[in-house]
Amino acid sequence: MNPAINVGAAPVATPWFFYGLAAAAVISGLLVITRRNAVHSALALIVTLLSVAGLYLMLYAPFVAGVQIIVYAGGIMVLFLFVIMLVNIERVSKERQFNRIWPIGLLASCALLALFLSAFKKGKSLFPDRIIPLPEATNTQGIAAMLYGEAGKMGQYTFTFEIASLLLLVAILGAVIMTKKKI
Amino acid sequence: MNELKDKSLPHEVSPSNLGSSNLDLDTPDKPYLDSNELIINMGPQHPATHGVLRVILKLDGEKVLGTECVIGYLHRGVEKIAENRTYTMFNPYVDRMDYVAAVSNGLGYCQAVEKLLNIEAPPRANYIRVILTELNRLASHQIWLGTHALDIGAMTPLFYTFRDREEILKIFEKYCGARLTTHAFRIGGCQYELYNGFEKDVKNFLSFFPPKMDEYEALLTGNRIWIDRTKNVGMLSAKDAIALGVTGPMLRASGVKWDIRKAIPYANYKDFDFEVPIGQNGDTYDRYLVRMQEMRQSCRIIEQAVNGIPEGPIMAKVPKVIKPPVGEIYHSIEAPKGELGYFIVSDGSTQPYRVRVRPPSFVNLQALDTMVKGQLVADVVAVIGTIDIVLGEVDR
Amino acid sequence: MIDSFLSYLGSTVPPANAGNQLWVLIYVLIIFAAVSLTVMWLINWVERKALAHFQVRLGPMRVGPHGLLQPFADALKLMLKEDIIPDQADKAVFWFAPVIGLLAAFTVYIVIPFGPSQAVSDMNIGILFMLGVSSLGVLGIVTAGWASNSHYPLMGALRSSAQMVSYEVAMGLAVVSAILMTSLNPSGTGTLSMIGIVEAQQQQGIWFLFKFFPLGLIAFVIFAIAMVAETNRAPFDLPEAESELTAGFHTEYSGLRWSLFMLAEYAAMMAVSSIAVTMWLGGWLRPFPNLMHGPTWDFIFSLFPGLSFVAFAAFAFIGTVRMPKHSYFKIQTVGLGIFGLVLAFIALILLVISIGGYVAQAHATTGPSPTGLLKALATFNEGIGYVYWFLLKVTIFMYLFIWYRATWPRYRFDQLMKIGWKVMLPVSLGALIATAIVGVIVK
Repeated sequence: MNPAINVGAAPVATPWFFYGLAAAAVISGLLVITRRNAVHSALALIVTLLSVAGLYLMLYAPFVAGVQIIVYAGGIMVLFLFVIMLVNIERVSKERQFNRIWPIGLLASCALLALFLSAFKKGKSLFPDRIIPLPEATNTQGIAAMLYGEAGKMGQYTFTFEIASLLLLVAILGAVIMTKKKI
Repeated sequence: MNELKDKSLPHEVSPSNLGSSNLDLDTPDKPYLDSNELIINMGPQHPATHGVLRVILKLDGEKVLGTECVIGYLHRGVEKIAENRTYTMFNPYVDRMDYVAAVSNGLGYCQAVEKLLNIEAPPRANYIRVILTELNRLASHQIWLGTHALDIGAMTPLFYTFRDREEILKIFEKYCGARLTTHAFRIGGCQYELYNGFEKDVKNFLSFFPPKMDEYEALLTGNRIWIDRTKNVGMLSAKDAIALGVTGPMLRASGVKWDIRKAIPYANYKDFDFEVPIGQNGDTYDRYLVRMQEMRQSCRIIEQAVNGIPEGPIMAKVPKVIKPPVGEIYHSIEAPKGELGYFIVSDGSTQPYRVRVRPPSFVNLQALDTMVKGQLVADVVAVIGTIDIVLGEVDR
Repeated sequence: MIDSFLSYLGSTVPPANAGNQLWVLIYVLIIFAAVSLTVMWLINWVERKALAHFQVRLGPMRVGPHGLLQPFADALKLMLKEDIIPDQADKAVFWFAPVIGLLAAFTVYIVIPFGPSQAVSDMNIGILFMLGVSSLGVLGIVTAGWASNSHYPLMGALRSSAQMVSYEVAMGLAVVSAILMTSLNPSGTGTLSMIGIVEAQQQQGIWFLFKFFPLGLIAFVIFAIAMVAETNRAPFDLPEAESELTAGFHTEYSGLRWSLFMLAEYAAMMAVSSIAVTMWLGGWLRPFPNLMHGPTWDFIFSLFPGLSFVAFAAFAFIGTVRMPKHSYFKIQTVGLGIFGLVLAFIALILLVISIGGYVAQAHATTGPSPTGLLKALATFNEGIGYVYWFLLKVTIFMYLFIWYRATWPRYRFDQLMKIGWKVMLPVSLGALIATAIVGVIVK
């Protein structure tokens, strides 16, 4: 751990914030899958995403938190809500809430939970003892250095980043072409 | 029930197809609505329909596929009332039809009856009539400009035009006591002599008004947003306009040079020198420009008229009891909204047998369907504003 | 507690950075109260009077002298109105939608800097936070339209949110242009924090509006247009205009709920104006710090707050003198006179503070540094100066909002979207690329 960082500067209320945000995330996650009304599910998903953004903040990653809010909660969820509201899905709420193969689904999620728990136990030594408070400025600059490179060199992921943005452009063009009746 | 159907009419008129709409709402072989068609009802209580007009729109998303106007909410039976009133008694009723331009209504009716009686109003009366009619044209166009701009979203010109219209209404009030439904003219001429200071008032108004018009133009004519909202919106070709019977500034904006004041002059319009503005494309922007130019030309006419009012009587020799000979007459004038026509059938008694009014707004409104097909919903409001309808005239 | 209160005074960082929760709370309460009161009283009154004077009429004149108490009467009326909820509406979401809008509008104020330490918090990602939270405001509108369970508000809400989302893209790109300019600092690194942006302008000695002319201007104009579209104001207010077919998203909201939407809209207007001021107009910096510098110029500029209140008091007194001399107007005359006296008192205090600041400055250059009262006066003087210049610039923007509404017709929805995507986006992209290229060349 970097000794120059003053670990004692973490505020007193940190555990409460963590419990609160984690509880909000879990509870709203449950609400997402249990609500009959699709719009309620979408709103609960927004609460989940915002709680996750708060957890990112607690991990001293403000840039990721900000981008999470802008892109996920502010962009993607608005898109979800658009689609839900424009498409008539009233009949969906009258369908069965659990389909017939739910025991298999339960088994699969229990297997996934067991996987997570074993990974946590085995890899516990790899996790640090407490939160590593990184200086806040490094998050934005660190990500920028990885994505865009600094001081004349290419960053670690510059090429990948550019390819990803090209892929997204192709996807957008494809979507526009498929939906327009005439160009 | 078959005996009740009238076989002499070209098609069967039965209760089932009275009021069938042109939107194909209930043709049996076609499904009621395609999957993404929508029927929306606008009005009769709506801020932008200039009165109690109901417009049923058939939409495909945002595009308008067809419209249907349902009118009659302001029908007062004026033409039927005319059959039970003497010719003089009916004079105040005509003001209430196009209540915004009441003076021209009165002019048309009085001139129609004068034609029936074969008398001519004296020149002084004609000059007074022309001045007041052109002032009323200005007032009517000002209301049109204010409300049209308000519908498109520019709130301010409304207040400016209403403020300037006050000056005109003051002149009317001083002349005949009423601002809106003036009943200014009588059969055979005018009743009231010009009051002291009429010429001064009118000349004051003429020096006061053109800078105000420049104000309106500064706000709207070059405004990018205004042009975007009105150019290529509500196109009406000259052929369509003539076929539909559209008259007035709408016809002239489509490129047809037809103004009754020039073509079939009445009331000494021959004495005045003025131009008739013509548009090119027949869209809303052209109609706007044509009406603005008409306002300026009206100012020209008023100026010439007020500078040369002849002396003489203001009333022709009209019999005390007006009993026109048997016959019929159609007389039309250029009202601010278009060709306002009166068809009067006289059977020799003191009350007309039939008075049929050809309201310009009624005929112009039928062009709404042609103008709005294929445009967007937000344009419907703009187009209704540009037709310049007054429901009192449409419904009578 | 007292310790916590006193330990923050004289600090040069915002309270959240200093870790002082009490002052954070105080700042938040001040901002909430100030913004609500300003929006409800000042902006509402100014809008009605200014719009009226544009339209050759007087506006409210009865309720209070010159209509000054009209906003309170309106607020009271709205609060006392019947709370109508549509029968089939989703009650929880119906209740919650204006709250979302309000939260999004007010949360932006956390990062807005009224001075170098007069902000609630100086986050490292300040501008990112602002963009994110204002994009959450869209959710308030969408849920409001949906919860009304009626076709027209839903369509209006979806249109309104489509418009807001489209112009957010252009806003973001314009903001990135300005951020690029911060990296031309002597220190070499740019910053996303709002206070850092203003300090970058201070260090580089030029407002970003004028930097790399005309690139800064283009970015500023793009942001200025996008922020009008973002807040659904004229000429982009088709989704909430009454004369169009699809009525707005707040059709079914009556009384206090509707006023919450209006509060959120005006608060959002002030918030985006503050962002524009911070990024391009130099935030709290006074005009011409380089041309006119030195203690005398500082003193003259520090007189401005006091002088503006003197001007307000003068207007109030002139209004009092010109009131009709009739018994019905006695209360109004007396009220306006008292208001004028209050304004004059505030003006007096401000002038005393600025004179004290000048005296302290003079002492500091000649003798030992001032203590006690003079030091407090100097600090107040500086603080008031910062807040004043910031608020003056924001006021200019708010006046522009009102001016746009009075003058221009509104755009049709498809033209609006066309402008957002086909005009603003390419222009802002072009400005961004040009700024980057010029920035690299200059470095």
